[in-house]
Amino acid sequence: MKTRALETAGAWLLGFLWALPLAYAVWTAFHPAAFSTHFVPSAPLTLENFAKAWAAAPFARYFVNTTLLVTMILAAQLVLCTLAAYAFARFSFRGREIAFLLVLVQLMIMPDVLIVENYRTMSRLGILDTLGAIGLPYMASAFGIFLLRQTFKTVPKELDEAARVEGAGALLTLWRVYVPLARPVYVAYALVSVSYHWNNFLWPLIVTNSVNSRPLTVGLQIFSSGDQGVDWSIITAATLMTSGPLLIAFLLFQRQFVQSFMRAGIR
Amino acid sequence: MSMKRIGRLIAAVLIAVLAQGAAPAAAQQPVDLSFYYPVAVGGPVTKIIDSFAADFQKENPGIRVKPIYAGTYQETIVKVLTALKSGEPPQMSVLLSTDMFTLIDEDAVIPFDDIATSVEDKAWLKSFFPAFMLNSQTGGKTWGIPFQRSTIVLYWNKEAFREAGLDPNKPPASWAEQIEYAKKLTKRDASGNVTRWGLKVPSSGFPYWLFQGFTTQNDVLLMNQAGTETYYDKLAVIEALQYWVDLSKVHKVMPPGIIEWGTTPKDFFERQTAMMWTTTGNLTNVKNNASFEFGVAMLPAGKRRGSPTGGGNFHIFKKSTPAQQAASLKFIKWITSPERAAAWGIDTGYVAVRPDAWETGTMKRYVAGFPAAAVARDQLQFAVAELSTHENQRVTKALNDGLQAALTGTKTPEQAMKDSQREAERILRPYRK
Amino acid sequence: MRGRAPSSNVIGWLLVLPAAVLLVTFTHFPTAATLYHSFFSTAKPSRPAVWVGLDNYRNMVEDPVFWQVLGNNFWYTLATIPLSIVLAMLMAVWVNGKIAGRGLLRLSFFTPTVLPMIAVANIWLFFYTPGYGLLEQITGLFGLPSHNWLGSQSTALPCLIVVTVWKEAGFFMIFYLAALQQISPNLGEAAALMGAGRWYFFRRVTFPLLMPTTLFVLINAVINSFRLVDHIVVMTKGGPDNATSLLLYYIYDVGFKFWDAGYAAALTLVLLIILAAFAMGQFLFLDRRVHYQ
Repeated sequence: MKTRALETAGAWLLGFLWALPLAYAVWTAFHPAAFSTHFVPSAPLTLENFAKAWAAAPFARYFVNTTLLVTMILAAQLVLCTLAAYAFARFSFRGREIAFLLVLVQLMIMPDVLIVENYRTMSRLGILDTLGAIGLPYMASAFGIFLLRQTFKTVPKELDEAARVEGAGALLTLWRVYVPLARPVYVAYALVSVSYHWNNFLWPLIVTNSVNSRPLTVGLQIFSSGDQGVDWSIITAATLMTSGPLLIAFLLFQRQFVQSFMRAGIR
Repeated sequence: MSMKRIGRLIAAVLIAVLAQGAAPAAAQQPVDLSFYYPVAVGGPVTKIIDSFAADFQKENPGIRVKPIYAGTYQETIVKVLTALKSGEPPQMSVLLSTDMFTLIDEDAVIPFDDIATSVEDKAWLKSFFPAFMLNSQTGGKTWGIPFQRSTIVLYWNKEAFREAGLDPNKPPASWAEQIEYAKKLTKRDASGNVTRWGLKVPSSGFPYWLFQGFTTQNDVLLMNQAGTETYYDKLAVIEALQYWVDLSKVHKVMPPGIIEWGTTPKDFFERQTAMMWTTTGNLTNVKNNASFEFGVAMLPAGKRRGSPTGGGNFHIFKKSTPAQQAASLKFIKWITSPERAAAWGIDTGYVAVRPDAWETGTMKRYVAGFPAAAVARDQLQFAVAELSTHENQRVTKALNDGLQAALTGTKTPEQAMKDSQREAERILRPYRK
Repeated sequence: MRGRAPSSNVIGWLLVLPAAVLLVTFTHFPTAATLYHSFFSTAKPSRPAVWVGLDNYRNMVEDPVFWQVLGNNFWYTLATIPLSIVLAMLMAVWVNGKIAGRGLLRLSFFTPTVLPMIAVANIWLFFYTPGYGLLEQITGLFGLPSHNWLGSQSTALPCLIVVTVWKEAGFFMIFYLAALQQISPNLGEAAALMGAGRWYFFRRVTFPLLMPTTLFVLINAVINSFRLVDHIVVMTKGGPDNATSLLLYYIYDVGFKFWDAGYAAALTLVLLIILAAFAMGQFLFLDRRVHYQ
C-alpha cells in the first residue's frame, strides 16, 4: 500500500510540475505588471493586460487569418486524401505500390524542412504573403492518405459490391459507403490537423510578410520580440489569447480530443 | 497692335493659364507609398508613426502613405529583402543604418543624390549631424537619411548612489571610476548572493553594438569605411574585450554569462542593477517607469570618450515609379523637418537627427526641463559609425559569436577575437578583389 | 453500343492525381531541387548563379558552426527522445491505472500539446529569466545562487531540452494510453494469479506489447527533434555562441538572414539525408524486433 501512496504522490507532483508554466502565465496575465514577478495572493485581478495586448497588434485580423487557414487546409486535406486513399485501397493501377511508397516519403520529409526550396517555388508562383502559400504544401497529407487507406481497407467488400449492383459509380460508392464508415477517423484526423496548423510557426513566418496573411503564431512572435523592454504581463496576455481557442476547445471536448489522437495513433 | 492680334494674345494667355490648371488635374491619381519600419524602443511608437502618416496625408492629399510595423531591426531587413526578392518591395523603409551595404549589393535602393537634385535639396542632405551620416554614405553618395538614431548612454540610479555613499550627481567618468563605483554599488546578502549588481551591459542579440562602446573608448575602430575589412584581432580590441569580461570575472560587479537586452531596463526598474548601458532610445521608457531618481550620462572614457551611433535610416527603393520616388522624397523631407524631428525625439528618446531641430522652441523647453535628453546629442562629437560591412549579417554574427564565447568564458578574449577575425576575413575575401 | 467504362487504371490515377500533383510539387521536387542547387553558388543581382561543384560542401566541412550545430542536434535528439518516451509511458500507466484524480492528471499532461510552441516558449523564457524568473525565485528559496540559465553555454541547451520534453511527453502519452487500453485485462489477471509482481509484468508483458507504439512514437519524436525549432527563435536565437542552434534553425539563418541559397541547399541536403537514414534504419532494424499481438 505504501508504494501505491508513493506512486500517487509522484504522479500528482509530476502533474503539478506539468501545469506550472501555464498556471504561471495565467497568474501574470490577469494581474497588473507590478505583480508579474511577485506572488502576492491578495493582488488585484485585471483585464487591462488583455485590452493592451489586443490594442497593440491586429489580433482580430490574425484570428481571422488563422481560422481561414486551418479551415482551408482541412477542407483540402479531407478531399484530396479521401480520393487518394480510396484509389490506393480499392483500385489496382500500374505503379500503385511505387506511388504509395513515394507518398510515404512525406511522412519523414515534411514540408517544414524544405523551407528554402518551397519558398523559391512560392515566389515563382507569385503567391507569397497569401494564405494559399502557407497551406499548399500541407494539403496533400501523407499521414491522412495513410490513415484513410487503412480505414478504407477495413470496409467489407460486400457493401462495395452492393452499391455497385445498384448502379453506383466509383465516386458515388465512395460517398455512400466509405466516407460514412470512416467518420470517426475523419473527426480524429480533423482535430490533429487543426491543432497542428493552428500552432505552426516557422513556415508561415517565412512566407508571410504583412498583416494580410499573418497567422496568430507569427503575430504573437512579432509582438513579443520587441528590442524594447519586455513586458511580461502583456506578453502572457497575448500568449493566452493566441492559444485560447484551442485550449478552450480542448477543455470542453477533452474526451473527443484524447480519443481522436488515440485513434490517429492506432495503426 | 490690331484687335485680332490682341485677341490672339489673350487667347494664348488664357490657354496657357488653363493648361497650367489642367496639368495638376491630370496628376490627380493618388501616389501610393508603403514603408516597413522597426520598433526597438519602449513606448507607443506605432501610434506615433501612424499619426505622422495621417498628418502627412492631410497636408498632401495626392499621396497615400501606409506604414507597416515589421518587428525588430533584424526582422525588418528580412521582411524587406523577402519582399524585394518576391518582386513586391515597398517604396521606402526604415532599416538599421548598417544594412546599407547589403541594400546596395542587392541593388535594392537608389542614392538620394539621384533625386535630391535641387539646390534646396542638396542643402537638406547636408543638414544632419555628421556622426549619423557615417553609416549613411559611401562611395561619395548618400544612401540613407537618418531618422531614428541613437547612441549608447549610461543610466544610473541616484538613490542607489546615495545609499552607497557616492555623490548622486556625479556619474563615473572613466573606466577606473566605472569599476570603483560599481564595486561600491554591488550589494550582497548574508550568504554571499548578489541582490543588486553594480552595472549591466547587455550582451544578447547584438553584443557588437555595446562592444563598440568599449572599443571606441579604447581608441580603435572595428572596420574600414568601405566595408571591406575588419580589425577584430587588433590588440586594442582584445584589450577592450578583456575589460568587459573582467567586469564580471575579476571585479564581480556584473552578472556572468549573457545579459538579455530586453530585460535590462526592467532589471534597472526592479533595482537589480544600479547602472546600465542601453540606448538613449529607451529614455522615455525609463522616465515613465523608474520609481526613483535617475541620471543619464555619456559613457565613461577609456583613452577617450566614445559610443557607436545606432538606429535606423530611411531608404528609397529602386523598384518604384519616378512619381513614387518623388513622393517618397517629399515624405522623408517632411518627417525629418526640424519640428517633426524634435517631436519624434521628445516622444521616443531618439536623438533628433539635425542640429536645427535642437534649436526649436519645443526642444529647447524640453531640454531645459529634462537635461538628460541632451546627453546623447552631446556625445555625438565622440561618436563613431556602427559596425557595417558587406555581408553585414554574417560578418557581424562572426563578431557576436566571439563576444558571447568570451563573455561566457568558453574562450579567452584573444582566442575569441582571433577566431572572429578569421571568419570575417573568409567572408569578406570576395569583396577585397 | 455502350461505351466501355474507364478502366481501373485510369480511375485509380485520376483519383490520386490531385494529391500527387501537390506532393510532387512540395515534397519530391524540392528535394531534387535541393540537391541541384547545392552545386551552385548563390545568385546575386551582379552575379548569376554558377556551377561550383562541391564548393558549398567544402565550405560546410570547414565551417565550425556547422559542426557545432550538428553536435547540438545530436545531443538534443539523444536527450529528448528517451526522456519524453519514458515519461510518456509512465504518465500513460498512471492515467490508465486507478490513481485518484487521474482525469485532472490527464488534462495536465496533455495541455502542453495543444498550446503553440511559440506561446510555450515565451512562458518558459519568463521561467528562466535570471534575477526574478520563477526558477530563480524557487532556487532563491533554497538559498542557491542565481544562475543565468539561458545565457550560459552549459545550461542553455539542456533548458531547451526540458521545454521540448515538457511539450511532447503528453502527446506521446496519448498513444501509449490507446495501446494500453488495447491490452486484454485477462493478461493482467492471469499474471496476478500466477503471483507475478507488477514490475515483472510490465517488463515481460506490457513493455513488449507496447513496442509498436514505441516505434510509432520514436519516429514522431525523431522527426520533431529535427522539425521543431520555434523555441529557439523565441528563447535564444541560437546563442550563446551557437550553443543552442539546431540544423533547421541554422538553415533558416543561412537561407533567410544571410540569403545564401547555395549553402542553405547543401545544409538542407544533410538534413534530408539524416531523416532518410532514420527512416531506413527504422524499417530495416526496428521493424524486425516489434512484437505484434
